[in-house]
Amino acid sequence: MFKCKTSPEVGGMGHSVKRKEDARFLHGKGNYVDDVKLPGQLMMVMVRSPYAYAKIKSINKEKALAIPGVLAVITGYDLKEFNLHWMPTLLSDTQMVLPTDTVMHQSQEVCAVIATDRYIAVDGAEAVEVDYEPMKALVDPYKALDDDAPLLRPDKEGQEDNQIYHWEKGDRAKTDDVIAKADVVVKERVYLPRIHVASIETCGCNASYDKDTKKLTVYLTTQAPHAIRTIVALVAGHVGLSEEKIRVIAPDIGGGFGGKVPVYPAYVVAIAATFLIGKPVKWIEDRSENLVNGFARDYHMDCELAATKDGKIQAFKVSTLADHGYTDSSANPSKFPTGMFSICTGSYDYEHAFAELDAVYTNKAPGGVAYRCSFRVTEAVHAIERMVDKLAAEIKMDPAEIRFKNFIKKEQFPYASPLGWNYDSGDYKQTLEKAMEMIGYDDYKKEQAEKRAQGKLMGIGICTFTEVVGAGPSKDFDILGIAMFDSAEIRVHPTGKALARFGTKSQGQGHETTYAQILAEELGIPYTDIEIDEGDTDTAPYGLGTYASRSTPTAGAAAAMAARKLKDKGRKIAAHLLEVSEEDIEWEVGKYFVKGAPEKSKTIQDVAFAAYTNIPPGMEPGFEATHYYDPPNLTFPNGAYICVVEVEEETGAIDVKRFVAIDDCGNVINPMIVEGQVHGGLTQGIAPAMYEGIVYDDEGNVLNGTLMDYLVPTAVESPHWETGHTITPSPHHPLGAKGVAESPTVGAPPAIANAIIDALYPLGIKHLDIPITPDKVWDAIQVAKAKA
Amino acid sequence: MGKHNVTMTINGESVTAEVDSRLLLVHFIRENLDLTGTHIGCDTSNCGACTIMLDGKSIKSCTYLTVRADGANITTIEGVAAEGTNSHLQQAFHDQHGLHCGFCTPGMIIRSMDLLKTNPNPTEEEIRWGISGNLCRCTGYNNIVKSVQQAATEMAKEKEASV
Ligand code: FES
Ligand code: FES
Repeated sequence: MFKCKTSPEVGGMGHSVKRKEDARFLHGKGNYVDDVKLPGQLMMVMVRSPYAYAKIKSINKEKALAIPGVLAVITGYDLKEFNLHWMPTLLSDTQMVLPTDTVMHQSQEVCAVIATDRYIAVDGAEAVEVDYEPMKALVDPYKALDDDAPLLRPDKEGQEDNQIYHWEKGDRAKTDDVIAKADVVVKERVYLPRIHVASIETCGCNASYDKDTKKLTVYLTTQAPHAIRTIVALVAGHVGLSEEKIRVIAPDIGGGFGGKVPVYPAYVVAIAATFLIGKPVKWIEDRSENLVNGFARDYHMDCELAATKDGKIQAFKVSTLADHGYTDSSANPSKFPTGMFSICTGSYDYEHAFAELDAVYTNKAPGGVAYRCSFRVTEAVHAIERMVDKLAAEIKMDPAEIRFKNFIKKEQFPYASPLGWNYDSGDYKQTLEKAMEMIGYDDYKKEQAEKRAQGKLMGIGICTFTEVVGAGPSKDFDILGIAMFDSAEIRVHPTGKALARFGTKSQGQGHETTYAQILAEELGIPYTDIEIDEGDTDTAPYGLGTYASRSTPTAGAAAAMAARKLKDKGRKIAAHLLEVSEEDIEWEVGKYFVKGAPEKSKTIQDVAFAAYTNIPPGMEPGFEATHYYDPPNLTFPNGAYICVVEVEEETGAIDVKRFVAIDDCGNVINPMIVEGQVHGGLTQGIAPAMYEGIVYDDEGNVLNGTLMDYLVPTAVESPHWETGHTITPSPHHPLGAKGVAESPTVGAPPAIANAIIDALYPLGIKHLDIPITPDKVWDAIQVAKAKA
Repeated sequence: MGKHNVTMTINGESVTAEVDSRLLLVHFIRENLDLTGTHIGCDTSNCGACTIMLDGKSIKSCTYLTVRADGANITTIEGVAAEGTNSHLQQAFHDQHGLHCGFCTPGMIIRSMDLLKTNPNPTEEEIRWGISGNLCRCTGYNNIVKSVQQAATEMAKEKEASV
């Protein structure tokens, strides 16, 4: 167990202190982008394509412009004058801001209407007349590489087919060889559906350009304000927007989950509009725009897992087809087009693996966001965890036993994985044992045997995942060349209270509390005396933002390192105040004292005061420190999840009886917040496992683009989650912490899928793709019965 | 476009305004009255971020015309407790970590007020069904349920003390 070093009043690591940010949200005083109203505020609404693939023959603005209050209609042609009609994506592809001739997916932005009021802007959008010539849309990614497939991106030089890239990692020949010779090989095509983050606050911006000062201020739903500032400067520098004149403010964010990392075309249009008009322009996405644009997952994975007949895994191979829509706008680090997908070898010790991926264009919305997952880890974990279960079923071995047999052992860490990761720490055996004990695994096994004997369908599903988070070491990780470090800046005021600023941005994770706790742990200043500030590029130090569970691994570490710099300075000041040499000063949380004479001491507050009032000769005044933290490695949180379900044979209805999640995220800053993050992630895990998936028809129309037919789980669909912990600190993180918020989203879907498939196994059903809905189960049961 | 005069009481204050017939109540509250604690999360009455109390019942203000609220008595999140103080529900959401990003929170609290009014001692299942018109993407609902339970207990204690 983790032992707290500080008192509850100081509130350092390990204390479940209540959140400092709650008050404003509880009283309706949060300040989200749509709450920001500026003098002279104008509103923008996008006109969007009803077709998935069409030529634009003409856009007639006249009727719209005739409406009183409609000020402008901006088209691709208007932007083309400034060379702003296309923008680069993070992965060297290009995306239309507004089209000049072709629309590539349903709901693509076609033009923008700017008006004095929201309602008038909507009227204007209705009145714009667009003449389209629809074309046959390419919807099925498996047809994208057919000879007769239309070439979707003739605009790209050298692009002769619809393949975006091929990626591979590992030793293909050796892996194939081991698979060919293995006693047992299980194969499956595993699909992770296209889903949407669906944060309850949609995306939006309020862009305001002052023609006199030449300053652009953008309030933006962004998880990475600094990166956005740099991107805007790079994309629009040629029209005169230079980086020191751009201020990006991420105010309160109503949930991000990766969906608020990308630059959406409407942001650029709003910036262009305010730049031209000189008045603030606000755009707030409506829910359908939100659900139909952007996406996560959409990986079709052909998996092969080879093992000895007694269940020792020998090799894993996965060949993936990735549907990226019409452009690759994945929000991944530059050198990782498939993100951290190569974590797909999982928590198991074997030598041979090979992963490859082909990414293709289709007439669908672009996106590829890292939805509460460190860049494609969810896909990777689903693949291996489904296959391990399939192997267990094939050789009639208990799914827990096969995992114990193959786990990387505690003493093997740091562990070099077959596809090149260096796992930092873990005790997988202990974590799974704890989960089994908590849920009562053996009793459920007995109950299952009894139920099966009565012909009832009951399933137990396990997932033991390894995450890889905290991008990342700058030698490997960058976004547009910018190293993925993060930062903290601490100012301790003369009275011993502090202000700390960060390059990250909370979207509900509770940074205002947890960062203050890290500083309280390091400095002994009570967390209630420390204000945390993030999200304003004019005041915060540069950082790459909050996604991929990177805040604790990077900015949290930066906070600790900056605090340690302060402590070093404080030691000199304390020596001066106590009139001893620096070597004679010792530290215990919150105070310096003289070695051997603990009654002679100075608190951190005394020292802070002296830094401004009684400065040692030759020392720079003030008590401030900044640190930019470049992590030496990623961190590898892990967990063991177990789910128990019952399935009703007559209807296909699935009842999740129990779900236990044991997470190991290293040392814990605030257990209450960690538990809350796990709950939230689990509900976002059951969502794609049982309910969510964006459905397209053959013409490329989205069939479930509203919350009426895209089922975001309510409190009724969401089970009562049970959680617990093991603690294996990260050896390289200054606080031994690892990051947690994404583990449950990654770990829950395979645990649930494995449980349902386990329930159906007696009927001969060996695999189902998620979302596993009652109708899918019912169909599968009918097919299985017909066969039998 | 038709214009109408409306008068209503919002958080104890009387408000009179001339509004377009098509103006949604949520926009009236947010934009005309600058009470931005009431949020918008969808366009199909599914998310509940816009929930307010109207004549003692929780309603979704995104699907309600302002003109229809003429003469109504409305409470928004800004009005559920005196400034600087917490209602039992607000306190319970804080104590039980019933909020992350806070976007759903005003609607959740107002909806829970109505739930506890009609059912002061709900079971977990009744709470889950009771708030199922309100979506939260962050918390996984466990702690929202606990928050409502805590508030129910506190309210019962208070009631007992007052008799
Ligand atoms: S805004 Fe979603 S229900 Fe009203
Ligand atoms: S706390 Fe974020 S939606 Fe509920």
